[in-house]
Amino acid sequence: MRLSRLSKGVLGALTAAVLAIVYIPLLVVVLNSFSTSQTFAWPPPGFTLEWWARAARSQGALDAIGTSVIVALAATAVSLVLGTLISLALQRYEFFGRSTVNLLVILPIALPGIITGIALNNFFRTIAGVQLSLLTLIVAHATFCIVTVFNNVLARLRRTGTRLEEASADLGAGVWTTFRLVTFPQLRSALLAGGLLAFALSFDEIIVTTFTAGTGVQTLPIWILNNVFRPNQAPVVNVVAVVLILVSIIPIAIAQKLAGPESGTPRASAGRAARSR
Amino acid sequence: MSATTSTRRHSVSAFLFEHARLRLALLLTAPLFWLGLVYIVALAALLVTAFWTVDSFTGEVRIEWTLDNIVTVLTASVYQSVTLRTVGIALLVTVIDILLALPIAFFMAKVAGPRLQRALVIAVLTPLWASYLVKAYSWRTVLSPEGLFAWLVEPIGGSSPGYGIPATVITLSYLWLPYVILPIYAGLERVPDSLLDASSDLGAKPWRTVRSVVLPLLYPAVIAGSIFSFSLTLGDYIAVSIVGGANQMLGNLVYTNVGTANNLPLAAAAALIPIAIIMVYLAAVRRTGALDNL
Amino acid sequence: MRRLNFRRSGALVGLAIASVAALTACGTAGGGSGGGASGAPTDELGDYEDAVSILAWPGYVEDGSNDPDVDWVTPFEEETGCQVTAKYYGTSDEALSLMKSGGYDVVAASGDLTLRLVAGDLVQPVNTDLIPNYENVYDFLKDKSWNSVDGQPYGVPHGYGANLLMYNTDVVQPAPTSWDVVFDRAAEFSGKVTAYDSPIYIADAAVYLMAHKPELGIENPYALDETQLAAAVDLLKAQRQHIGEYWGDYLKEIQAFESGTSVVGTTWQVIQNSITTGNTEVVLPEEGATGWSDTWMIASDAEAPNCAYAWLNYIASPEANAAATQYFGEAPSSQEACEFRDDCEAYHAGDAEYAEQIWYWSTPIAECLDGRTDVQCTDYSQWTAAWQEIKG
Repeated sequence: MRLSRLSKGVLGALTAAVLAIVYIPLLVVVLNSFSTSQTFAWPPPGFTLEWWARAARSQGALDAIGTSVIVALAATAVSLVLGTLISLALQRYEFFGRSTVNLLVILPIALPGIITGIALNNFFRTIAGVQLSLLTLIVAHATFCIVTVFNNVLARLRRTGTRLEEASADLGAGVWTTFRLVTFPQLRSALLAGGLLAFALSFDEIIVTTFTAGTGVQTLPIWILNNVFRPNQAPVVNVVAVVLILVSIIPIAIAQKLAGPESGTPRASAGRAARSR
Repeated sequence: MSATTSTRRHSVSAFLFEHARLRLALLLTAPLFWLGLVYIVALAALLVTAFWTVDSFTGEVRIEWTLDNIVTVLTASVYQSVTLRTVGIALLVTVIDILLALPIAFFMAKVAGPRLQRALVIAVLTPLWASYLVKAYSWRTVLSPEGLFAWLVEPIGGSSPGYGIPATVITLSYLWLPYVILPIYAGLERVPDSLLDASSDLGAKPWRTVRSVVLPLLYPAVIAGSIFSFSLTLGDYIAVSIVGGANQMLGNLVYTNVGTANNLPLAAAAALIPIAIIMVYLAAVRRTGALDNL
Repeated sequence: MRRLNFRRSGALVGLAIASVAALTACGTAGGGSGGGASGAPTDELGDYEDAVSILAWPGYVEDGSNDPDVDWVTPFEEETGCQVTAKYYGTSDEALSLMKSGGYDVVAASGDLTLRLVAGDLVQPVNTDLIPNYENVYDFLKDKSWNSVDGQPYGVPHGYGANLLMYNTDVVQPAPTSWDVVFDRAAEFSGKVTAYDSPIYIADAAVYLMAHKPELGIENPYALDETQLAAAVDLLKAQRQHIGEYWGDYLKEIQAFESGTSVVGTTWQVIQNSITTGNTEVVLPEEGATGWSDTWMIASDAEAPNCAYAWLNYIASPEANAAATQYFGEAPSSQEACEFRDDCEAYHAGDAEYAEQIWYWSTPIAECLDGRTDVQCTDYSQWTAAWQEIKG
């Protein structure tokens, strides 16, 4: 389709406008992190670096980030394994109940987080009979992270087809060898994209975390939640958010670069971060 | 590694190669065990709880079968009006997000060069890392009567919508937008340029091409995006309490029942409403292939 | 009541840790387990143990990890050698279930929790002779129904406060002296009235009805029979028409008053202190108000009773009590603490007459708290359902 210069211009302008709207609230966050108002009054009444200084000394925030990273890494690892297995099964085999399995993977993200949260909380405490802890939190996060890996890997498998694997088998490679030398390299960038999204999803999740984390387990979103309501701490939360935004650009950019143009985009389920809510 | 191990390994491999069903079983066991045991059992247990009751004195859930919770949820006027409000907000948010996402996704996939494209993907993903609460509070600042929004539109005679349902719709649309852009963008990337060229070679104007070629192909991706915005809005209870004025949504009812009233059975019954709505929605879009596009 | 903040429906505040609790909280109010509940309090103390484990509301046990300038735990650790590990809870229900699971030496409990802990044998009577600072505690906080049983203290009062009426002085004139500005006269400020977002706010309506509808016969705002609850619900439904937004956390409330989104409604003193625009005032209206009062208690199976006693004494000491209550935004438990605070007057600390007008928060239960036996009162789950209906 040949787009006229005008249509391209209009599309570009729309894109710029939407992005501007997307970034205005973030800009407000940045400004507020330097504002003397503790309650984000607009326009900011004055400039201060106090919140940044305080944030830098906040052991609680650092600990919470550490916990969040551990949880997100563990949940991502589990979802990488399970998501890959299930997408291989679904893409390579026809079997009874295939669409049910598909639905099963999607369900944890399609159902509202509060439902997943109270269901898992009830399950852990009454059926499994375990105390909520860091482990229950990781299990819960992994459950809704599987889908991001699943979607990315499934899309890749569809695109690559099975010819290379058949060739490998024909040449005498075993099932393992074929996976290691043929299938896995083809999947690498899809795994990266899916894993990154799973990480992001877990990292900003509040609702399921609320219901499945042990009382002493404080992830970053929970720390933020607690501190927005501690006296004089709200601006420090803004600082942490700004730092996170800046720091997050690095892994996303690296992933983009590694994934390269041929890999396509992280599939939306990424989104599920959404689940975060 | 000894020769025997290697042989045994080889024979296992050969065995697996011969038996596709077995390979399938090995692939599926762990994930199905996980999802089935953890998630489905948990969900089923929750739904069963909806038919139980709570001892008002001790606060313990009692296994005593009753339809009271279901009847309450189905007949109480508060559940009906809140359900209508929530579904209305969810639909509105979904429509707004799709309308915003279509042009930007099209620009990213079909107009921007590779370098710009990569930058745009990063630009869309970055806001996901600012915490949900931080963004919601930021909108509260922006939409306050003397906030940035009012400040920008007052010169042209506008005013801030204040806190209420419009503010809730704006905030939720904002929060979920990246989740709608990404699947549509991915879907557009899969539409071959050659197809678009063919359309215009056949004399179609760009708008006609978009309508007759792009949109039908994009339909599953749009539906996939809508599942995010719709289901996330349906379950949200935090944004509405920050910018929603005096309004409450379904998520608030579920949360209050379990968090404040300590009444899990009633919360489970209330949770049936969003579950039913989502299931109907998933069933309706299933044949479009959208579920493969999530 | 402040804690209600943490159990409010809207999820904002206590959300963090809270809900888990709500689920876990299967508190048996009456069933005593184990024996010797009312055994005599300890006579004497021994050497300090190495560590003490404390269960408290967020903001009660700050060790500087959130804000290095806010730290009253470290001096205690240096003084006694008792290493403090703190766990925070979001709702009283959660605290109850955590106390049942054991492992805590000290707990900070609100009025709705204390008696459940006593009844469940989870806390021990306290020998106040071993707590030198107890003497300084305001008399009007001692020997109250929520911290003592038959004259035997079960803990040391911590801080208290009232849910006040706040108004914008530019808009609400003349200065109100009654809650009628948010009830019968709410229409005058339609769309800019605010109220606390929790079922317990029904008690505020009940306090108003006690004064203005004596024929309802409300004796205690937490003991409402069905007719009385219905009257309160009607009042709140009428108010709902004029509510701009309900609030649950103080950040939201401060913003609302600073920006003019809200001009009249319930508040806490700490909110008034934080507002920088200078056009708001608070008043304790003539009808009285609801409020909160917390108590430090010692677990019956405390592994570190000596450190626990040391903490109770320390947190009642003027300097520590001043630091903790000031950070939280409430009145301290003693006049001496006021010497370490410059804002005691604002909180009416020590004003017994003022404190008399506060209905300290208790959980409504079926057994009427006002002693009526001829009628069943409405419990908290009914209040919650009513609150959902009021919000609509």
